[in-house]
Amino acid sequence: MNPTVQTLLYLGTVVVILAVLHVPLGEWMFKVFTDERDWRLERLLYRVVGVAPRSEQRWTVYATSVVAFGVVSVLFLWLLILGQGWLPWGMGRSQDWHTALNTAISFTTNTNWQSYAGETGAGHTVQMVGLTVQNFVSAGTGIAVAVALIRGIARHGTDRLGNFWVDLTRSCVRVLLPIAAVAAVLLIVGGVIQNLDVPHTITTITGGQQVIQGGPVASQEAIKLLGTNGGGFFNANSAHPFENPNGWTNLLEIVLVLMIPFSLPWTYGRMVGDRRQGGVVTAVMGVLYAVSVGLTAWAERAAASGLAGSLEGKEVRFGIVPSVVFGAATTGTSTGAVNSMHESYSALGGGVLMINMQLGEVSPGGVGTGLYGMLVMVVITVFIAGLMVGRTPEVLGKTIGRREITYAALASVTMPALVLLFTGASLVLPAARAALLNSGPHGLSEMLYAYTSASNNNGSAFAGLSADQPWLNLTLGGCMFIARFAIIVFTLALAGALVEQRRRPATVGTMPTHTPLFATLLTGIVIVLAALTFFPALALGPLAEALS
Amino acid sequence: MTTTAHHLPHHHGHPGPGHKSLGAQAMENLPQALTKLDPRHLVRQPVIFVVWIGSVLTTVLAVLHPSVFTISVTIWLWVTIVFANLAEAIAEGRGKAQAASLRQTRTTTMARRLRGDGTEQQVSGQDLRLGDLVVVEAGQVIPGDGDVVEGVATVDESAITGESAPVIRESGGDRCAVTGGTTVLSDRIVVRITSKPGETFIDRMIALVEGAARQKTPNEMALGILLTVLTLIFVLAVIALQPMAIYSGGRLSLVALVALLVCLIPTTIGALLSAIGIAGMDRLVQRNVLAMSGRAVEAAGDVSTLLLDKTGTITFGNRRASDVLPVEGATREELLRAAYLSSLADETPEGRSIVDYALGEGLASDVGSAAELGRRGAEFVPFTAQTRMSGVDLPDGTRVRKGAGSAVAAWVHDDGGHMAHDVDDRVAEISNAGGTPLVVAIQEPGQAPRQLGVVFLKDIVKPGMAERFGQLRQMGIRTVMITGDNPLTAAAIAAEAGVDDFLAEATPEDKMALIKAEQEGGRLVAMTGDGTNDAPALAQADVGVAMNTGTSAAKEAGNMVDLDSDPTKLIDIVGIGKQLLITRGALTTFSIANDIAKYFAIIPAMFVGIYPGLATLNIMRLHSPESAMLSAVIFNALVIVALIPLSLRGVRYRPLSAAALLRRNLVIYGIGGIVTPFVGIKVIDLLVSLLPGLA
Repeated sequence: MNPTVQTLLYLGTVVVILAVLHVPLGEWMFKVFTDERDWRLERLLYRVVGVAPRSEQRWTVYATSVVAFGVVSVLFLWLLILGQGWLPWGMGRSQDWHTALNTAISFTTNTNWQSYAGETGAGHTVQMVGLTVQNFVSAGTGIAVAVALIRGIARHGTDRLGNFWVDLTRSCVRVLLPIAAVAAVLLIVGGVIQNLDVPHTITTITGGQQVIQGGPVASQEAIKLLGTNGGGFFNANSAHPFENPNGWTNLLEIVLVLMIPFSLPWTYGRMVGDRRQGGVVTAVMGVLYAVSVGLTAWAERAAASGLAGSLEGKEVRFGIVPSVVFGAATTGTSTGAVNSMHESYSALGGGVLMINMQLGEVSPGGVGTGLYGMLVMVVITVFIAGLMVGRTPEVLGKTIGRREITYAALASVTMPALVLLFTGASLVLPAARAALLNSGPHGLSEMLYAYTSASNNNGSAFAGLSADQPWLNLTLGGCMFIARFAIIVFTLALAGALVEQRRRPATVGTMPTHTPLFATLLTGIVIVLAALTFFPALALGPLAEALS
Repeated sequence: MTTTAHHLPHHHGHPGPGHKSLGAQAMENLPQALTKLDPRHLVRQPVIFVVWIGSVLTTVLAVLHPSVFTISVTIWLWVTIVFANLAEAIAEGRGKAQAASLRQTRTTTMARRLRGDGTEQQVSGQDLRLGDLVVVEAGQVIPGDGDVVEGVATVDESAITGESAPVIRESGGDRCAVTGGTTVLSDRIVVRITSKPGETFIDRMIALVEGAARQKTPNEMALGILLTVLTLIFVLAVIALQPMAIYSGGRLSLVALVALLVCLIPTTIGALLSAIGIAGMDRLVQRNVLAMSGRAVEAAGDVSTLLLDKTGTITFGNRRASDVLPVEGATREELLRAAYLSSLADETPEGRSIVDYALGEGLASDVGSAAELGRRGAEFVPFTAQTRMSGVDLPDGTRVRKGAGSAVAAWVHDDGGHMAHDVDDRVAEISNAGGTPLVVAIQEPGQAPRQLGVVFLKDIVKPGMAERFGQLRQMGIRTVMITGDNPLTAAAIAAEAGVDDFLAEATPEDKMALIKAEQEGGRLVAMTGDGTNDAPALAQADVGVAMNTGTSAAKEAGNMVDLDSDPTKLIDIVGIGKQLLITRGALTTFSIANDIAKYFAIIPAMFVGIYPGLATLNIMRLHSPESAMLSAVIFNALVIVALIPLSLRGVRYRPLSAAALLRRNLVIYGIGGIVTPFVGIKVIDLLVSLLPGLA
């Protein structure tokens, strides 16, 4: 089949499925976060934890709750990993203190960067009680923050953004758990394993020894993708046949990754009472995603010596197009799962995957994080362009003044600052340079990719980098933690500044934020800001590699 | 009274700075720009401060390792800063010239202070305190701001308004405010001082036009924050580049890094930002409007509701005859002639308008003038509050009267005249249409008096108002007409003028309530006012423009003063506010869009030594790495100068919808901002490549 047609067909299938899914799912989330009543299970949880579900929080309290929950989660998970030797199903697996800290931060921040190998670093208890739990609650935290920002825009004349504990609980109980349960069953049907077996060692026909792994894979796989987490049960992640056995599960996994990020804009449109606003966000996310798939697919064909294209690092059972669509989906959503080795992509193809993250994870971004990241970009776009219509810029009647632009700007520069500083520092630090597999531009890409992945809470690895050493574990951990919680605090501060404002009525003098022109502008600003920040670094990495 | 063409310093014989060419202004303000190289001044503009640090760095390098490239870059970096300062200096220079001319009027005057016992005491104007009473007579200068508490006088206010025609100031009412520094031309008045020395209106004007009191406006601050954060991230990006380059096998020269940084940070908008703000205030001053704060100018751009007084703003102050409606048994000619006769001696504007109307309708002027009739023995009956009629008794015994319907009916009835049955219908018709009916009656010799018809006196809407309100509607601004008229009349005029809404039989309280209601709904309100009872509303409105003829209470309460006292100017003020914001947005967009081309100039130039393949990115085919970097730096400096006129003048503003404005400005400043530097850098490179030593 013609590769272009094949790409379009595959991408088209994904688009059609998402187009069908995003309306009921977006509508469902709208109901979930505007519902006045609690479910019985939720009431029980609130009583146990001691939360007053009807008492709403100011942005400061909301932010403190998120950060406190994050810090406690990191500490708990760290101790759990360090102590897994004393726990059942420890299977003798262990991690160094710095590796464990990196892992704890990584799963708490929805990054799922793994500097350990799943097969040797985490037993079943850690996988189920620690990692899988964080896969749910870290995703739930992302959705909660997005919902709080939406409320900041939608409500007016109050200082309350909702209750973090309620939003978190509802995200998990009403959104993530039911879908993950169904998805896990579908994955099992598709051939993903689900057991509590210890590894079997068998002798192959040729006489070699092979270890066959077991474990509760499907249940973790479902939330790994649905919550845009990405931490694989196995080191090979979704390239491993027990995680992602065939073409059907591959498609299912892509859909799982994209479904919530592409549905939240609908929820946004409904909550602010103007579906067109959500439409613009969906459109911009969709265009960025489609372009990235197109570019990567082109790069993988163009770079190939053979007719089949560049298959190095890709699973033959998937082929180029499903690998590329998967890669664009997971790098564009902060999922970090891989079904092919991004290191082996052509220089430009790998570069595009890196740019997906450097856009700030908005194509369409992680669960919740994608939407709030994009809304921060909306604020910046409105501010720059809005002045050109001769009024103080406003988003849905909320003016973008000093406070608002300060928080939005800080939220959007946190990530590039971390990436650039730590990549630069690590490239001259001998200890860090020793971790690089390659030299020259490809080596630079490995380092840049690692910090880009960590600072975007993506978790995807370029491979090639032996990251399990103190400097990388600790700095990458630091990037993950700061990128996650600093941006959340800035975003909530922005929500707090917006929610207190009175709404200005829209007139023909107001810059419309629901038009194709605005969508184009937003796309342009997202791309230009990322390009301006990362162009020099990319020139020395993927571009230099591609052009020499 | 209204002369928008006037320009503050005209009348002092100084040529206004606006009349000089920009080049001359630039030369004049160059020393000022050079003194602004002081880092203590620059630290307030983070973007330019970063350039300053870079320039110091390259200067040191140029001294240590001189080369054509290093020296050229260093020179152009300093030029960049001078250009940035020049923009601000020119903008401030305009204000300084105006302030200097105003200062001349502030010469210390002697005041004749009244003691409690009524005797006078000579004191210096500087020693006056709040509440002091001073006497001012013809030929004397009023020593301070205050209200006339006794007497009437003509005052020459040209010192502040530039308008040479004297104005009347009298105690009580809305025309009691006088301004220090103006001169009494006739009569004697007693003034109660309402301002402390050093805080008079002229003092404030000087501070305002000089920019001494200038504070950054909210929007300017917000933009400043965005620019600072952008600068910060570019600083990080450039700092991180060196270790990446070292890893890649080639240390970058510091000069090249500084050149890249200066080109990337938003120097264009950073350099022009304060000039744009000062120039915006200056554009108001050019139109004889003083804004008490930059915040008010910005708020003007955000206004979504305009409250406009009907009289004087929407309509000419006076009613005019617009039609005559004959009643039963009378002809139109008869009616016109009688109306004309009865109004000949009527000096009120309404009376004159009837005469004009009758002549315009082709009434043969065989009747003659009032003076002629008088010579022939006609007696004119003036209007009195008792009779509520005026008219004329001709020598042949014919008597003509015009006046309010009921008064004329009584006159006709008392003399046993015939009552036309359709008079009441005509009167009601005119009232319903928002006009004022004047009934005309005649009594010919030997006959009973009879009614001839009704004159339709109408509030005349100023020409072009409907069109302007249409433009405002396109800009998303709602206009509300405020009037003391009854709702019927108000509705008719509102419909004719094309305003969106009206407030009839309005009291100051109603006006206040309306402003609050609009603000509750999140709308910003602008209004004009002159009376003391307008003061609370002026203070409450987001943009309150006080008329200079108004009371000092009104002028205190508003955040702008219109020296021409022209209420229609409110519409221009909104335009100026919008223009100010658009100029900022347009130049920000232009500045950021420029970066794309600069990257394509500098990045390949920097790295081509490390990875020759990156020469592919040199899409402009620039001569050499050095010429490419230098060209980008030169372009970056020149674009500031090129945009100074635009930032002082403001981008062209037309009343369009937000969507249309956005499309238009995006094309010009967004797409234009991407394309221009590609062309500019290429052209500069062609010239720079001729320099020896830039192989």
